[in-house]
Amino acid sequence: MTSSVSIQDLSLSFGAVTVLENLNLDIRDGEFLVLLGSSGCGKSTLLNCIAGLLEISDGQIFIKGKNVTWEEPKDRGIGMVFQSYALYPQMTVEKNLSFGLKVAKMPQPEIDKRVARAAEILQIQPLLKRKPAELSGGQRQRVAIGRALVRDVDVFLFDEPLSNLDAKLRSELRVEIKRLHQSLKNTMIYVTHDQIEALTLADRIAVMKSGVIQQLADPMTIYNAPENLFVAGFIGSPSMNFFRGTVEEKGGRKIVHVGGVDFAIDAYPARAPILSGTNVVLGIRPEHVTVDEVPAGGDAHAAVVDIEEPMGADNLLWLKLAGQTMSVRIAGSRRYAPGSQVRLGIDMGMASIFDSGTEQRL
Amino acid sequence: MADISSLNTTAVAIDAAKPQLAAGPRGKRPARAFSGTNIMVYGTLLVFACYYLLPLYVMVVTSLKGMPEIRLGNIFSPPVEITFEPWVKAWSSACTGLNCDGLSRGFWNSVRITVPSTIASIALASINGYALANWRFKGSETFFIVLIIGAFIPYQVMIYPLVIILRELGIYGSLTGLIIVHSIFGMPILTLLFRNYFVSLPEELFKAARIDGAGFWMIYFRIMLPMSLPIFVVAMILQITGIWNDFLFGVVFTRPEYYPITVQLNNIVNSVQGVKEYNVNMAATLLTGAVPLIVYFVSGRLFVRGIAAGAVKG
Repeated sequence: MTSSVSIQDLSLSFGAVTVLENLNLDIRDGEFLVLLGSSGCGKSTLLNCIAGLLEISDGQIFIKGKNVTWEEPKDRGIGMVFQSYALYPQMTVEKNLSFGLKVAKMPQPEIDKRVARAAEILQIQPLLKRKPAELSGGQRQRVAIGRALVRDVDVFLFDEPLSNLDAKLRSELRVEIKRLHQSLKNTMIYVTHDQIEALTLADRIAVMKSGVIQQLADPMTIYNAPENLFVAGFIGSPSMNFFRGTVEEKGGRKIVHVGGVDFAIDAYPARAPILSGTNVVLGIRPEHVTVDEVPAGGDAHAAVVDIEEPMGADNLLWLKLAGQTMSVRIAGSRRYAPGSQVRLGIDMGMASIFDSGTEQRL
Repeated sequence: MADISSLNTTAVAIDAAKPQLAAGPRGKRPARAFSGTNIMVYGTLLVFACYYLLPLYVMVVTSLKGMPEIRLGNIFSPPVEITFEPWVKAWSSACTGLNCDGLSRGFWNSVRITVPSTIASIALASINGYALANWRFKGSETFFIVLIIGAFIPYQVMIYPLVIILRELGIYGSLTGLIIVHSIFGMPILTLLFRNYFVSLPEELFKAARIDGAGFWMIYFRIMLPMSLPIFVVAMILQITGIWNDFLFGVVFTRPEYYPITVQLNNIVNSVQGVKEYNVNMAATLLTGAVPLIVYFVSGRLFVRGIAAGAVKG
């Protein structure tokens, strides 16, 4: 697998503030990589560095094997789609699409051909003569994608392209971007703070925090085996349930002792045997808990239903366990009144355990 | 089924709301157009408007009277016999101490000063502002601050050094010299104006244009300029009225044959040759003020808002 975009030891600082430090990232050819993080984590900054819109302080950037560290944005073989669409307001859709090609002094027949093709792919042919102000948000974003499309680039950069759209359009366009990626097979780098977008679109996700990539893996690994406490808490809605406790040995079994409740963890696929006495954080996703369906011989924990949130397909229960609130996701058809006594079974094979000091996965 | 149930709930809601409906809407009804307060407010505004318009009225009326009528002393009465003689005289044959060709000489001088100064200062300042807003370079902030400080230094402090500089350059007393002076003095405030406007334009447009391969000038002319009509109109109003109304620089930096209209007006009004011709003076003053007035009236319509609408989320 050749790498399409390669970032080596990239550092960026504004005056005394270091935003990115010694960042390394290799993006494979044709890969859909999502940079995920909350605002201010440096994900958009990183994208701007790749685009060449920010001058980096140190390090190197390669695109298609070419060192583009000091290359002008236009020569990097990238196209970029912005959150605010950034369409030129005084130009028609057609002029918006062809502007870059005209600047590059491409012959007119070729321009027409490319614009027509992009318009067909994005289904914006009827809009070509209109001005951006006469388009809806979804249409504008399509045109913005088209502007990257006509340039026939190696790498697409998306900077939170769906954040300005309403929920329905967002999911529609999300599917469209995925379809676009499947048909074009270009490398795409996509910045978002929306974990649903990240999980649904990405081949791999890079979760970022304070300018550092916390974990780089495929969506399922990120979801099921988060590398550290931050990733575990960031991905998933409702968020993973965390219990702080101590690993002990009881009756020949390893347990995590949390405020009077013992969670047996011998089913947990630990990377290395976890020593007794370690202070840990036990993380359990809401859907990895069964309610009143504990298999024979499994451990059961008694809990009381606090609040029920029916969501149609799912039913979310908020329970009291080990002196704290935890959420459990069950099928929408199974209802529990507040105050119900229930027995919880926990799928330890799917749980995560982190060292409470280093916050790394054990 | 859904319809029936929603109908039922509506009925229930109406039932619940009945007592309130009977009591009528709560809160105060909006005031009528001719309430006591409104009459007070508009009356006061009207009085003030008259107060400010009265001098203009007197000037117009006086300028249309002949001298015999003016001597009657009724400055508020409309002219019995309308005459445009004073206007013609003010324009073409009123005398200053030096010559007798009226305001026309000063008018054309002012045009020759205002047009190039306005164009030069706006062109330079808009490029300055664009560079400072979008192409930050090392020390650009410092440069900007220094420029802004320039806006707060009193003109009088800089007059003498400027005279020396112009003299050394050999353009002291010429129109070119005055045009350069006006352009320099317009720079700080105009640059501030343009920089702030360009900063307010969505930065992503600039980035998109750079990715499309446009350079410094291409982005300026093709992307920024078409979106900047409002700020150019504002700058034009500022410069045209400012330069047209300037008196100090006109006197200091030019010779009598290049005096702008304001200086010419002063000389006409202040030259004492027998009788004071109030009607000619009034007409001359109105002629001098006509250009800024027309600029305000015409350009007011050009304040098109929302040129950038549609570029970003709308």
